Amino acid sequence: MSSVLVFLEAKNNEITRLSWEAMAAAHTLAASLSLPVDVALVAAADNPILKTLQGKAPRTVYAIDHALLHAYTADGYTTAYAQLIEHAKPAYVVFPHTYQVRDFAPRLATRFKQVLISDVTGIESGSGTGPIFVRQLLQGKLNAEYHASGEGPSFVSIQAGAFRADEPQAGDTTIQPFHPTLEASEIRVQPGEPFRASAQTVDLNSASILVSVGRGIKEEANLPIVQELASALGAELAASRPICDAGWLPMERQVGSSGQTVAPKVYLAVGISGAIQHLVGMKGSQCIVAINKDENAPIFEVADYGIVGDLFEVVPALTAAIRKVKG
Amino acid sequence: MKIIVAIKQVPERDARIRIDASGKWIDLNDVEFSMNESDAYALEEALQLKEAHGGEVVVLSAGPERVGKTIREALAKGADRAIHIQSASETELSAFDALGVASLLAAAIKDEQADLILTGLQSDDLGLGQTGVILAELLGLPHATLILKIEKTDTGLKVLRELEDGWFQHLELPLPAVLTIQSGNSKLRYATLMGIKKAKTKEVKTVSVTDLAANSEPVVALEAVKLPHKQRTTQILGGTPAEAAAALVEKLQFEVRAI
Ligand SMILES: Cc1cc2nc3c(=O)[nH]c(=O)nc-3n(C[C@H](O)[C@H](O)[C@H](O)COP(=O)(O)OP(=O)(O)OC[C@H]3O[C@@H](n4cnc5c(N)ncnc54)[C@H](O)[C@@H]3O)c2cc1C
Ligand SMILES: Nc1ncnc2c1ncn2[C@@H]1O[C@H](COP(=O)(O)O)[C@@H](O)[C@H]1O
Repeated sequence: MSSVLVFLEAKNNEITRLSWEAMAAAHTLAASLSLPVDVALVAAADNPILKTLQGKAPRTVYAIDHALLHAYTADGYTTAYAQLIEHAKPAYVVFPHTYQVRDFAPRLATRFKQVLISDVTGIESGSGTGPIFVRQLLQGKLNAEYHASGEGPSFVSIQAGAFRADEPQAGDTTIQPFHPTLEASEIRVQPGEPFRASAQTVDLNSASILVSVGRGIKEEANLPIVQELASALGAELAASRPICDAGWLPMERQVGSSGQTVAPKVYLAVGISGAIQHLVGMKGSQCIVAINKDENAPIFEVADYGIVGDLFEVVPALTAAIRKVKG
Repeated sequence: MKIIVAIKQVPERDARIRIDASGKWIDLNDVEFSMNESDAYALEEALQLKEAHGGEVVVLSAGPERVGKTIREALAKGADRAIHIQSASETELSAFDALGVASLLAAAIKDEQADLILTGLQSDDLGLGQTGVILAELLGLPHATLILKIEKTDTGLKVLRELEDGWFQHLELPLPAVLTIQSGNSKLRYATLMGIKKAKTKEVKTVSVTDLAANSEPVVALEAVKLPHKQRTTQILGGTPAEAAAALVEKLQFEVRAI
């Protein structure tokens, strides 16, 4: 019998939150198709984390175990996962959309002559065509609806925060070890140990107000206008990625999926569009203020207060207004 | 080293978003185009590798005639020649899914015997983040994604890969290989006047999509595009800049109690 198969990820001996969100998405999908959900994880069958399942209980937990999978490699994971898919024959394969999944899942899908529908934010039941998968285009300015028309398993990855992970529920789950056949010679890339960038000198997390600047600032020479706003507010300066990429501010001030995750009392986004990779780093802030000339910028979806206007007029006016009340 | 760089031309970030008559893409009238951001960084890495180790940089781009402008820009920055997979219309390529586009790219370079193929990490318009990885599988080559730095070693390459939350990792891999490049490692160069002049004489080989006879039957189809639902609870503060600023200060003082 066919199924929805979810590949989970673990970090620091815990299954990740994104994995539970992907499993919640898989349950939504499976319910609309009346299919059971199975999950799979690289782990030995006696690993205690296999007993920490959250959400609705899956039918089977596959413990994929092989010495060559202890360190992640795209070659190793692609081959091992392909073997499990051949074995379990799912109708849908679901992943959390993580850097690791982006690294190998397109390759895995290609082995089945399929295309991964990546970064899915919603699943709707379509009429006749099977489920409709929603994902964003143009950095969040447009939603697109896709459906899979090929035969064989369809591959889907789920964006962070799009589905809510469920509370653990009891059920009959069997743990089944799966031992893929892998040769060391198949793994062409040699991975090194992950490491952290050199010590931080600013701690964005200790600031209660962050003024964060994006590409709307246009040029490095314009930075003083946001620096003045930050100093009037007693705030730290943060930035979106392109500002740090250009070297205008150091990388340690970057907020987002590849930078810092912050949750200040006030996050003031100046000339930042609100791409998902930025939002994941700041949407936990208590109060979000956005200044942007484009009223349709996705940042306004998460902002509590917004000013639609030219930052080169609004920011100096704001600095002056703050100085006035602060005396 | 012979390096191929896949470069996509995409709508400018500021482009006005209006859905077109097909309901499947945006209206491209009056839209300006530019080189996809991470592709510009991929080109920069390729040019630096060539400067350090010699060889050739070949630009590869699929799209309609307008893409020629982005190709010339890459040639002006220092690429040696280009392959343009030219689509007959704006819509011919949209019938292809990521596997279809990667198959076209693979077919166009199969006789090139490149040592290294670079793509951007992700296109700014479709945002699939997949084409390079699929290309690697189609060509049977090893790959690595989210690469910031590339160093040549005696046996191949040592690369720096970005992980989540400020973590990194080194990887070693043999050549030939495919890398997808993350933006930010080097400052991008500008084209010089001399470069722009020279670009006009550099070879651009044009092949049509139909020549490559790749299979365009998609396994994943885009049904429709829609403007996102507004679920916002944002309070927009209007008026002149000074009025809006004063209103915001009041909110921050008395509601948020942050100043
Ligand atoms: C794997 C990966 C990881 C990433 N990690 C991160 C990350 O950690 N952090 C991050 O920030 N990004 C990250 N990104 C990049 C992200 O996708 C976006 O490209 C980036 O956040 C865009 O930055 P921005 O909003 O400053 O620029 P843009 O998207 O170009 O937005 C600029 C905004 O400024 C506005 N504007 C322009 N002029 C004015 C003006 N005069 N007045 C007012 N407003 C104006 C525009 O309307 C626009 O909304 C990552 C991308 C990938 C693929
Ligand atoms: N039509 C195209 N022509 C050339 N390169 C492309 C094309 N489409 C995608 N690419 C390359 O693949 C990368 C990833 O694109 P995507 O998978 O669409 O996010 C881009 O950054 C380009 O380097």
